Amino acid sequence: MQHFPEELMYTITHEWAYKDEEKNIVTVGITDYAQEKLGEIVFVELPEVGLKIAAGDEVCVLESVKSAADVFSPLSGKIVAINEDLEDSPGLINSDPYQDGWLYKLELKDQVEYDELLDVHGYREHLAEEAEE
Amino acid sequence: MPFIPHTQAEVAAMLESIGATSCEELFQEIPDALKIKGIDGLGPGLTEMQAWRLMQTLAAQDQSKLNFIGAGCYEHYIPAAVWELATRGEFLTAYTPYQPEASQGTLQVLYEYQSMLAALTAMDVANASLYEGATALSEAILMAIRCTKRASNKRILLPKSVHPFYRQVVKTMTSPQAVELIEVEFDHNGQISKQKLDELAKQEFIALVIPQPNFLGILEDVDFLCDWAHQNGALVIATVNPLAMALLKPPGEWGTNGADFACGEGQSLGVPLASGGPYIGFLCCKREYIRQLPGRIAGVTTDLDGKRGFVLTLQAREQHIRRAKATSNICTNESLLATVNTIYLALMGAKGLKQVAVQCHNNTSYLKEALRTMSKFRLKFDSPFFHELVLEFQKPVAEVLEHLAQQKIQGGFDLSIYYPELGNCVLCCVTETKSKQDLEQFIQALEKC
Amino acid sequence: MLIFEKSVANRYPKSQMSAEDIDCSDIPNKLLRKTPPKLPEVSELQVIRHYSRLSQKNFSIDTNFYPLGSCTMKYNPRGVHKIASLPGFLNRHPFSHLQQSQGFMQCAFELQNVLAHITGMNKVSLCPLAGAHGEFVGIAMIRAYHQAHGDLQRTEILVPDNAHGTNPASASMCGFKVREIATNPDGDINLDELRAALGSQTAGLMLTNPSTLGIYERNVQQIADLVHSVGGLLYYDGANLNAIIGRVRPGDMGFDVMHLNLHKTFATPHGGGGPGGGPVAANASLAPYLPVPMVSLVDGQYKWLTELDCPNTIGRITTCMGNAGVLLRAYIYILMLGQEGVRRVSEIAVLNANYLMRNLVKIGYTLAYPSRMATHEFIITLSKQYKQFSVNALDFAKRIIDEGVHAPTIYFPLTVPECWLIEPTETESKQELDNFLRLMQEFLHEAATNPERLKEAPLNLPVKRLDEVKAAKDINVVWSGSM
Repeated sequence: MQHFPEELMYTITHEWAYKDEEKNIVTVGITDYAQEKLGEIVFVELPEVGLKIAAGDEVCVLESVKSAADVFSPLSGKIVAINEDLEDSPGLINSDPYQDGWLYKLELKDQVEYDELLDVHGYREHLAEEAEE
Repeated sequence: MPFIPHTQAEVAAMLESIGATSCEELFQEIPDALKIKGIDGLGPGLTEMQAWRLMQTLAAQDQSKLNFIGAGCYEHYIPAAVWELATRGEFLTAYTPYQPEASQGTLQVLYEYQSMLAALTAMDVANASLYEGATALSEAILMAIRCTKRASNKRILLPKSVHPFYRQVVKTMTSPQAVELIEVEFDHNGQISKQKLDELAKQEFIALVIPQPNFLGILEDVDFLCDWAHQNGALVIATVNPLAMALLKPPGEWGTNGADFACGEGQSLGVPLASGGPYIGFLCCKREYIRQLPGRIAGVTTDLDGKRGFVLTLQAREQHIRRAKATSNICTNESLLATVNTIYLALMGAKGLKQVAVQCHNNTSYLKEALRTMSKFRLKFDSPFFHELVLEFQKPVAEVLEHLAQQKIQGGFDLSIYYPELGNCVLCCVTETKSKQDLEQFIQALEKC
Repeated sequence: MLIFEKSVANRYPKSQMSAEDIDCSDIPNKLLRKTPPKLPEVSELQVIRHYSRLSQKNFSIDTNFYPLGSCTMKYNPRGVHKIASLPGFLNRHPFSHLQQSQGFMQCAFELQNVLAHITGMNKVSLCPLAGAHGEFVGIAMIRAYHQAHGDLQRTEILVPDNAHGTNPASASMCGFKVREIATNPDGDINLDELRAALGSQTAGLMLTNPSTLGIYERNVQQIADLVHSVGGLLYYDGANLNAIIGRVRPGDMGFDVMHLNLHKTFATPHGGGGPGGGPVAANASLAPYLPVPMVSLVDGQYKWLTELDCPNTIGRITTCMGNAGVLLRAYIYILMLGQEGVRRVSEIAVLNANYLMRNLVKIGYTLAYPSRMATHEFIITLSKQYKQFSVNALDFAKRIIDEGVHAPTIYFPLTVPECWLIEPTETESKQELDNFLRLMQEFLHEAATNPERLKEAPLNLPVKRLDEVKAAKDINVVWSGSM
């Protein structure tokens, strides 16, 4: 049974985002659905800290044996941290996509972009629609 | 019909099984307006014997007595075992190892090939081959640019002492990606001009290409050049003759940190001249760049029982998965020639390979000494060399080569076409295949030109 | 064992080495190698045994039926190989004087001509060394054409979503943005999407016909008109030429430039993944941009055409003109086929494919495009078997190699789930096809009654299923002295 935490925000390209209540920092990762579809991840290409990105930019590449999937940034901002554990343990994305498998953190540029992301219900609806196609 | 086994009865039975009355019916989805009756200019088919006789006459026209052309394609003796093994049907007619359990032969050979090329060049990793030397250099250049994080430019220093055809190919293959190729002159010794390099260092650049030996057969000061590039914040791409690496310092040991990429042409390792191909390009690199390596790569793993086996690995970088974002568009490579290289290197070993290189050097030295007494031509550069020399004549090279060709001797490569500053100059190659008598015959023929 | 693991210190090939002791001290010491490379130290007999036994672990056309879709695994004629290896060709240096090049150049010239006739194009360059190389060339020629006409805003190349990966990769290498166009449920390109995507930014469209779905693209002339009407050019991927050779010419369909795959349609040996040959053919508009060198005939003598003769050429793409040995093999093959033989190739290739297709349906398999005829290949989808028995396309593939038949192409094209792309080729007999059908019938039964047998396969080969994840995580591509 796939798991989608209530408190996170989502995108139709299967990323999740979570804003720290106090600071303007958002953590980004991929959902349980995405990690299962990709299969075991063997390598992660992360962006450089300090990079300025726009929503929709390709920001990471997740490599499994049979594919190399691009991760699109849900938000605009500046990268302030990347998950360095993924270098030795890329499988964390599969085993713990919402906690230890986080990808990067960014300094949010525009609160409105964050508010416009899907909530968990919107994401579930989107998954249901995709399944029908 | 040649190669097609079907009898009339079989065709009839098959059509019945499909529910069709003729084979023509099977093409009904194609508009009649597009259908043609046949191919213009193509006669009736030849039997194997007829084809053999026709081609024998043609092939006989192309035989020479002696060959002294090098210029990137080298005549060496090939031990009989090499092609006997490589043309076994299970190697010759096998396909790309996409079903690894059915292709352990090919996959293990490719792994051994990668290992041997890495050992020869003293680099960390190698891929399972590219097309040939010039395209391998093009791929290495594109790779160097990809490996440079936050590159502010796409400038590559490409010395004139690199093969002129390689430089032309690099231009065609890299210009669509806005790569800027900067020419570096050679000095009066036929080596990359250090003075010119210092002038060029004023602008940032991604990589310096260093040939060894260079196109003129001359040895470059590789330690100095490698360190110079690294000190200027750039990468080093070595383009080398793999046979020469048994004798000369390999790219992985150049300077303080070694070259970052090493590529070249593997034709010298057991592949015949064959009128130009198929040949085989190799590309090796430092371990940290492995994910940017184009082409196929074989790797070790285990099966369900824990038994060692081989698979194509890191495929996610390749065109069939990554498509528009692949490291390269390459699909088909030169696997058969990789098999040839592997068997040749296994057979010869380091000792046998070095002796071939040393004999080439010895024979070339003999020619060089003989030239000192010649009047009609002279040695253009008195620099350290490997198996090729530049001879300067007193008349146009074309005349000399024409005269030699009439005696079925291939005299060398006309440099004046590609290097205006080397007018009347010929590039002559002497390998281990030449006896003293062959060299005497050549010298006498040259004297009569 | 690896060849390295069979080494014994100080073994060397005495029969390949004379006893001479040679002085190389004129080479500066700093340029010399200090420690010998770690190559094997084995005897000649060890080499013969090692590689002979390795070869026996391979499937090959010589030993197994190989219905790999889009690869055209037809018989590689031995006579062709023998003739192409004649000493006059094999020992000739590529830069030999014209006096000792006329034989080879005649073959090359005639091959250029016959390929032009086969494709319905104006001119051919034999330089590209593989299909992908040819694709790069064709797209580079399109780029050069537009630039020569001052059309610098054309930044996009269109490809169908089921295109072979080399198509978008080649377009990318040529500096273009790639845009994918969807295919309809019945296999043709979606014309509405195509119309919407076309514009002044379109440099061209890359198409295969029959497409990678094994289906004839019925709207090809309309597509050609649409693309040309916005000033774009059409590229033909010749991978599937086996289905139409001698019957239809891509030039007549409206294509401007294309490549051929000599290692597919023209029976040159695959050698474990290469060498190949990817000659490019172009119509009159694009012919000036073809890569050099090419061969011409002037006053009874064959001559090389270089950049001096072809001022608009995109330039050199290889050190020598093509993979000469592959070119010779293709030429000899065509000579042996002759007029009738060439047409028979497409005739029986298509018959064999339709025979397999109809009979697989009778057995109970599902076609991806049931309303369409097969061309030289066709697709079945194993989605139903996956849903019913949890046995997927990969499992079926591993099961069939267990019976000595190489699996068809699996999971390509990407647009059909659990797909098998099956291409028997014309050199396979009815006996071989019937054996394949018999096996397929058994597997269907097995999937229902004993699915584990498929999931565990292969059991009869030198290794069982291999851990590809491990190979990608613990990367080991070069022997380091220990395993």
